[in-house]
Amino acid sequence: MKTMLNVALPKGRLGEKVYSMFEKAGYPCPSIKENNRKLIFENEEAGVRYFWVKPSDVAIYVERGAADIGVAGKDILLEYEPDIYELLDLKIGKCRMAVAAKKDFRDNMGRTLKVATKFSNIAGNYYRSKGRDIDIIHLNGSIEIAPILGLSDVIVDIVETGTTLKENDLTVFDTVVPISARLISNKASYKFKSSEIDRLTQKIAEQTEEQK
Amino acid sequence: MKSAQLLPSENLVFLLREIYDKYGYSRYKMNKFEEYDLYAKNKDFLISEGVITFTDTNGKLMALKPDVTLSIVKNTKDSGNAVQKLYYNENVYRVSKGTHSFKEITQVGLEAIGDIDEYTIFEVISLAVKSLVSTGENCILEISHLGLLSDVINYVGVPKDEIRKVFHFIGEKNIHELIAFCDSLGIEKSKTDLLANTAKIYGTANDILPWIREKLAGIADENNINIFETVIKALSSEENGGIIRIDFSAVDDIRYYNGFVFKGFSEGIPQSVLSGGQYDALMKNMKRKSGAVGFAVYLDSFENISAVSDYDVDVLLLYSENSDISVIKKEADKIIADGKSVLLQREKADGIKYRTLLEERDGEVICVENNA
Repeated sequence: MKTMLNVALPKGRLGEKVYSMFEKAGYPCPSIKENNRKLIFENEEAGVRYFWVKPSDVAIYVERGAADIGVAGKDILLEYEPDIYELLDLKIGKCRMAVAAKKDFRDNMGRTLKVATKFSNIAGNYYRSKGRDIDIIHLNGSIEIAPILGLSDVIVDIVETGTTLKENDLTVFDTVVPISARLISNKASYKFKSSEIDRLTQKIAEQTEEQK
Repeated sequence: MKSAQLLPSENLVFLLREIYDKYGYSRYKMNKFEEYDLYAKNKDFLISEGVITFTDTNGKLMALKPDVTLSIVKNTKDSGNAVQKLYYNENVYRVSKGTHSFKEITQVGLEAIGDIDEYTIFEVISLAVKSLVSTGENCILEISHLGLLSDVINYVGVPKDEIRKVFHFIGEKNIHELIAFCDSLGIEKSKTDLLANTAKIYGTANDILPWIREKLAGIADENNINIFETVIKALSSEENGGIIRIDFSAVDDIRYYNGFVFKGFSEGIPQSVLSGGQYDALMKNMKRKSGAVGFAVYLDSFENISAVSDYDVDVLLLYSENSDISVIKKEADKIIADGKSVLLQREKADGIKYRTLLEERDGEVICVENNA
């Protein structure tokens, strides 16, 4: 029997792009393109099973072995630090984790900096590396309004085009880390399916090289 | 010793103890508590942060053991050339990463402490192989050597304060970021490639040992190459040598570990089920002259693996207030003698699943339902 590779894909546009890379790499599953609400798709002949999951959950599926491999944003990997292998930078879904604040913001080193963010771990590590004392305010969305309402001095968040920031009169002060989609693998799965995973990684790496 | 199916963790404990006993390892039984100070001093050695503490009657801050190795090291003495060979079967208390709550984990492991030579390292890793094949049919033991890896990192010229970062990338098999990081440090391409290729390694002794001999000669310490080759060859030629893989991504904290480190995987379990290595550096930190090598098997990994029966009991035998207690007991013993399990109740409990339902009526046992 052919070894099945279980792949967790992030729902949404990025996931569709990722699927087409997997398809080109020799892991097609035509049923995935049917317009329905199914979440699991299988092509036994190609030895692959795909499932759509919430982008921030991909790393959990992979770490816990429900998926052998998956594609997750570097932001999620840095925030949750899952125990996985990060095999490849897919160079898609590019954006950056940045520090933003109101245009007239002046950093006062003499007092604790109030930082609003969805990414408490990333923000904490970033300011710790700078030796800066901060007060983290963990928010789950609409981070941009925190400095406007005086809830925080700055925000640490993902910036793609910067339009949302501009519309809210905020500007980027610093880049914490560049972000892109990464191919990740469960450590145990890699041991038992290393030839399949290596072959797939190689095929996808060729595509990311072409994109350069 | 090899089993076609994963064994429940209780059986595994007996199997493992039997193996260790045969090789002359003595059981080391310890107290559940330890002075908190020991963990405070060696915090980074612990796998999880967070220790359950309480104040003893004499006012001392105590902890429920989060780790066994530290206690064994603390309580054994340096003993010249002799090697103390010990094994344990203990519960430890750790914070589970996913739930952020404390979890009781049953651990079986062994430690060899003293003047560690090639044979002892070989014996301990060979026992790790034996332990691993007792856990399931398809397993893999990945082996790395921190001495060899450190030699390559030093040759490449990674600054001392960046070495941990490099180890982190290697542990993740994150070759793209490892290369980018080396580039940012201004390391020349040929050296970066050598480090990247070392980090990528995954294969059997036959695949990898010639590569190490060819590429790392003159770069890594000759002693490290020789001992790695000798031990891996000896392990690979043993009965279950086919499960050995060389993988330098098996890294551990270099502040405590040196030399061989290894991790075991059993198919169907998404994380490592066995972990071990040489921890001479920890010994040194604890002002000990001896070396040490050991490993632990995480039995909690097997909890969800053991096959769950579709039935709660083979036979449910219903009796009434008027039943003769001797008759129904005899009937139950007959069923047990047949190799089946039996539950005696006056009423059928909600949701109970049984293969056969028997009922005692007027001194006779009749079959009411048969699902088998």
